[in-house]
Amino acid sequence: MNILVITEQRDGKVKKASYEAIRAAKNVAGELNADVTAVLFGADEAAAKAMGGYGAAKTVHVADEKLNLYSNGAYVKSVVQIAEKEGADIVMLPATALGKDLAPRLAVRMDGALAPDVTELSVDDGDIVALRPVYAGKALIKVKVTSLKKVFSLRPNVFSAGEADGAEAQVEAFSPQLDDADFVTKSTGTSIASGKLDVAEATAIVSGGRGLQAPENWNLIEDLASALGAATGASRAVVDAGWRPHAEQVGQTGKTVSPNLYVACGISGAIQHLAGMSSSKVIVAINKDKDAPIFQVADYGIVGDVFEVVPALTDELKSFLGN
Amino acid sequence: MNIFVCVSHVPDTTTKVQVGEDGKSIDPSGVTWILNPYDEYAVEAALQLKEAREGEVTVVCFGPDAVKETIRKGLAMGADKGLHIKSDQPRDSFGTAKALAETLKDREADVIFCGRQSIDYDGWQMAGLLGEMLDLPSVTVASKLEIKEDGSIEAEREIEGGMETVVSKLPAVISAQKGLNDPRYPKLQGIMQAKRKPIEDVEPSPYKNRVEVLEMSKPPVKSAGKIVGEGPDAVKELVKLLHEEAKVI
Ligand SMILES: Cc1cc2nc3c(=O)[nH]c(=O)nc-3n(C[C@H](O)[C@H](O)[C@H](O)COP(=O)(O)OP(=O)(O)OC[C@H]3O[C@@H](n4cnc5c(N)ncnc54)[C@H](O)[C@@H]3O)c2cc1C
Ligand SMILES: Nc1ncnc2c1ncn2[C@@H]1O[C@H](COP(=O)(O)O)[C@@H](O)[C@H]1O
Repeated sequence: MNILVITEQRDGKVKKASYEAIRAAKNVAGELNADVTAVLFGADEAAAKAMGGYGAAKTVHVADEKLNLYSNGAYVKSVVQIAEKEGADIVMLPATALGKDLAPRLAVRMDGALAPDVTELSVDDGDIVALRPVYAGKALIKVKVTSLKKVFSLRPNVFSAGEADGAEAQVEAFSPQLDDADFVTKSTGTSIASGKLDVAEATAIVSGGRGLQAPENWNLIEDLASALGAATGASRAVVDAGWRPHAEQVGQTGKTVSPNLYVACGISGAIQHLAGMSSSKVIVAINKDKDAPIFQVADYGIVGDVFEVVPALTDELKSFLGN
Repeated sequence: MNIFVCVSHVPDTTTKVQVGEDGKSIDPSGVTWILNPYDEYAVEAALQLKEAREGEVTVVCFGPDAVKETIRKGLAMGADKGLHIKSDQPRDSFGTAKALAETLKDREADVIFCGRQSIDYDGWQMAGLLGEMLDLPSVTVASKLEIKEDGSIEAEREIEGGMETVVSKLPAVISAQKGLNDPRYPKLQGIMQAKRKPIEDVEPSPYKNRVEVLEMSKPPVKSAGKIVGEGPDAVKELVKLLHEEAKVI
């Protein structure tokens, strides 16, 4: 048996969530008596080999220029061909923007079903049990996919990729059979703000809320974020006010994040905000209202004015971290 | 244009979720049900398309009788008619998609709109499932959308750290993301009219779930931590704790 893991690269660089998915697959593969085969679209052979360091015995490398940019039709068809060739009934992939788009089509084409946005995998009686948050993380469900073919998308930043152990995957080049019709839907380009970390991928996040009072004050948030090497996030109140782009919104109708460190500045902690960030490993809250609900979920709180506390924290961190 | 919008009937975002007696789903008592927030963007996109090109907007929902209430919300916003796929048997996403697909397959849809995600089971999968089952293209999580006269589609979708431009063509399934438009509020007149708009009932064919829920639980409650102190004087202690105790810096 074989578990296929679809990895992801952008501009030739493999995303961390891909390594997390390989490692997560490897961790259940033992009990299932399965091998892990990675699939890589684009990038180079060195990147394909490096998948071995996280547990892939083999990488199927699809080096077709037409596939460097994502097309759901072409990717689905390619993965199905690879899964057949590799005898893989199980496919895992990161629940990134790409993974979320690809996974459902893939599940149907394989005549299987999808367990999306999984945060824990285990094996019970020879079968995979997946844990996934529902109702914006207010509840968790354990599920089994009962069809023979199974697809699991894994929430980024939850599974640990660990350190690469130096092993190399055997690399096999593969050219999928594709028609023009497979490319009806395709990406024609991306615009990525350079040097900007995305909240969904960051290991630390500094978020600001209405307590910041005006968009001009966002330098406080940005300075603290840069001292921590963190991404910047926002509450919906400030996104709706047009102070910050929607891509930064954390919460039930924004992004769900689980960084190692989440710093909430001038955010009250409404239930919809908590839904998106309460699974963060360590939460720090800075708010002038000692009764703000954010303190209910915070590991560490400072009661005070963001205009005084945030710059002081930035300075303290800079001197502590020596930069 | 023949436009369909799939809508989902979900607990209000302020709901304090409790596990129900079966241990596998939520306790519905005291829950206020709403039109899934993302589906408001989907309905609005459908209405704007109709206003620009003429045609008809049908709101579709799979579920028990209670979902009619949500269908009526779509009608109150301005959709022309409803389609209720009646079932008291809850289904997994694949089964819901199957019911939607078999109902829509001979109805010559030009566009089927969905929301990016239903805020109950947070699947993010319906548009892709439906697209594949109906053999139609799918464009998901669109926060900008242009449907040209010749049926070609250009959309923008959020990706990690930026945006992606996607092209496709009609007929297609499109899922809506916040930012796509500003959903209109139903007016009193719309709410009155909605009561008289037709809702067609259909029966889905039988289905056995492919994803079995073994148990539902509540996440471990995070207990309130410590207040390190007040004002800027507390930051030194905070940094120390983050380093020594929490070990995150
Ligand atoms: C359907 C729906 C979906 C939603 N989805 C989301 C979502 O995804 N994400 C989200 O965030 N919200 C969401 N909300 C909105 C949510 O209910 C809250 O309105 C929002 O989170 C509040 O943002 P805030 O904390 O920035 O503002 P407020 O609630 O106004 O809080 C501001 C906080 O700043 C503090 N403050 C003020 N001045 C200072 C100062 N000088 N120093 C220190 N502290 C100060 C105040 O004490 C207060 O606690 C949603 C709501 C609905 C109805
Ligand atoms: N029971 C349902 N009936 C009709 N449409 C639905 C139903 N459930 C979900 N949808 C649609 O699918 C979208 C995504 O849902 P999901 O994949 O469940 O997160 C929703 O925003 C709706 O547009």
